[in-house]
Amino acid sequence: MERIHLGAIDYSLLIVYFAFVLGIGWGLRRFVKSSEDFFLSGRSIPAWIAGLAFLSANLGAQEVIGMGASGAKYGIMTSHFYWVGAIPAMVFVGIFMMPFYYGSRARSVPEYLKLRFDEKTRGFNAMTFAVMTVFSSGISMYALAKLLELVLGWNFHTSVLLSAVIVLSYIFLGGLTSAIYNEVLQFFLIVLGFLPLVLLGLKDVGGWSGLTAKLQTVATNAGYAPGAWSDSWRHLDSAGANPMGVEWFGMVMGLGFVLSFGYWCTDFLVVQRAMAADSMAAARRTPLLAAFPKMLFPALVILPGMIAIALHVTGGGLLPIGSDGTPNYNLAVPVMLGHYLPSGLLGLGLTALMASFMSGMAGNVTAFNTVWTYDIYQSYIRPGQSDAHYLRMGHAATVFGILLSVVAAYATTRFNNIMDMLQLVFAFVNAPLFATFLLGMFWRRTTGHAAFFGLLTGTAAAAIHHGLVLPHGATAGLKGGFLGTVLHTYPSEMAQNFWTAIFAWTACFVMTIAISLVTARNKSDEDLKGLVYSLTPRLVDHDLPWHKRPATLGVIVLALTVVLNIIFW
Amino acid sequence: MKLDLRLPIGLMFTIFGAILTVYGLVSGDTIYQRSLGINVNLWWGLVLLVFGVTMLTFSLRGAGRGGPGKRGTSP
Repeated sequence: MERIHLGAIDYSLLIVYFAFVLGIGWGLRRFVKSSEDFFLSGRSIPAWIAGLAFLSANLGAQEVIGMGASGAKYGIMTSHFYWVGAIPAMVFVGIFMMPFYYGSRARSVPEYLKLRFDEKTRGFNAMTFAVMTVFSSGISMYALAKLLELVLGWNFHTSVLLSAVIVLSYIFLGGLTSAIYNEVLQFFLIVLGFLPLVLLGLKDVGGWSGLTAKLQTVATNAGYAPGAWSDSWRHLDSAGANPMGVEWFGMVMGLGFVLSFGYWCTDFLVVQRAMAADSMAAARRTPLLAAFPKMLFPALVILPGMIAIALHVTGGGLLPIGSDGTPNYNLAVPVMLGHYLPSGLLGLGLTALMASFMSGMAGNVTAFNTVWTYDIYQSYIRPGQSDAHYLRMGHAATVFGILLSVVAAYATTRFNNIMDMLQLVFAFVNAPLFATFLLGMFWRRTTGHAAFFGLLTGTAAAAIHHGLVLPHGATAGLKGGFLGTVLHTYPSEMAQNFWTAIFAWTACFVMTIAISLVTARNKSDEDLKGLVYSLTPRLVDHDLPWHKRPATLGVIVLALTVVLNIIFW
Repeated sequence: MKLDLRLPIGLMFTIFGAILTVYGLVSGDTIYQRSLGINVNLWWGLVLLVFGVTMLTFSLRGAGRGGPGKRGTSP
């Protein structure tokens, strides 16, 4: 592809941004006095900041580049990741789960598992999570450096080094508070940096009606009904009728219920931001406040991809063509930046892009250093040390967390398959976890053994399902079918993933119930107070004004989401 | 809250807005062909400037009233 040339003005914007990122870390360093300050911001973050950080920590490479790519590849159906997946899950975690996370005073998600179940369940979750965060941050680093190499011609090693040093510096100085403050800064930067791109793109294609008209050509050229790229629900009655290759049940159950609830409700990366809030009410509002901007994000991250494919098909080859003859969807957003933005705003857009990668990395690193220090080091390696000792360990964990991420970034360049395989394994581990949490929080009879073996069963079920099926057009191997026989072929990888998640969740759910019924309870009702719904006194929020009540906010969020689904039906 | 976050946000976007507005005023028309003939640097620079100054104003006013450190007012 044609390289984008940056001028002095663009570099000056980038430098101003880096100065602020580091300045925030520097300004916060004197507030880090205890390990709780470093890992949990001393539980002093107001709801609006925690909410924007909750949103932004997830706004990494995957969101900006990946959602743009999916917007080009699948059209507006990609919005289901938001309007069926993320938003309902965020409402659920705010209203129903946060009382237990925040109320139990657990310092991490694995620690909650220890309080609720037992040591082995915590250990299993802590280890897999620690490995997963290091690799996710490494993937972010790799993707950023690769992108800068391709688009700007920057040196790969310089980009890796630069992003590692910046993220390391501000987390090392200010801990989680610094990461959270920078995430909020990044949030505004991403919104204000991408909005002009969306507005220019929409103006160019003739507004929404012009875009749908062009997308009809895209859809009919690909052999689908004319609305397949611009209607989100109409083509979900059968898997063959839409580019995503899923039917409504696999989408709602697999993407909405299992994958999204699993991610937003159990992933410590996001939950940590709410745990840092300054009160229970603020912790519960955190995901709910995040849901408001989140529901508009498809306009910011998916729409540029849709515009890109519309221009590509009707205007003649905007996107570079990959070696397999299909457009390189991952470049949809960077190409759009170069296509519309002149020097000046281009610098702002690229700064926003870098900000998104760095917030994704920082989110993983702060989650890693907390789980490592509290759930692995303090629990299994050196218990009973002073708080200052664990604070020093937190600093050290930040450094080696970043170093491991760099190693992971380079491992990705050498062995692309390793990364695919790891992501697959983590998907196997994460999908069943939501079943464990649901049962743990809402059924007091769930036992520690049941939770642990239920999780293992769910993971095994995911692996077996994946081993027996293949997406259309793939050969047996990492993409599935490695158990020898292929029982079913899905129309797309996405459909395969959704169904793997459904199998994993169901297996874990059923197995956890079955084992709970035949094993003795390891926690008494007294132990489970504050950890299980039926044994915890209801929170009273009548004294709060209506706009601060979690239930009221939740209802408003869900109602608006239904409206969005209907508008783009 | 330890450090009023609105201050760095306000400052950064004020600087961004100022840089882009000035650049928009001095840059020639040719670079705006790709942005459909619109001087986006000027217009978006002004948007950022308004956003940044608003944040700064909130931050300074908040500091005058004892700041956003109203911790504990919400249970």
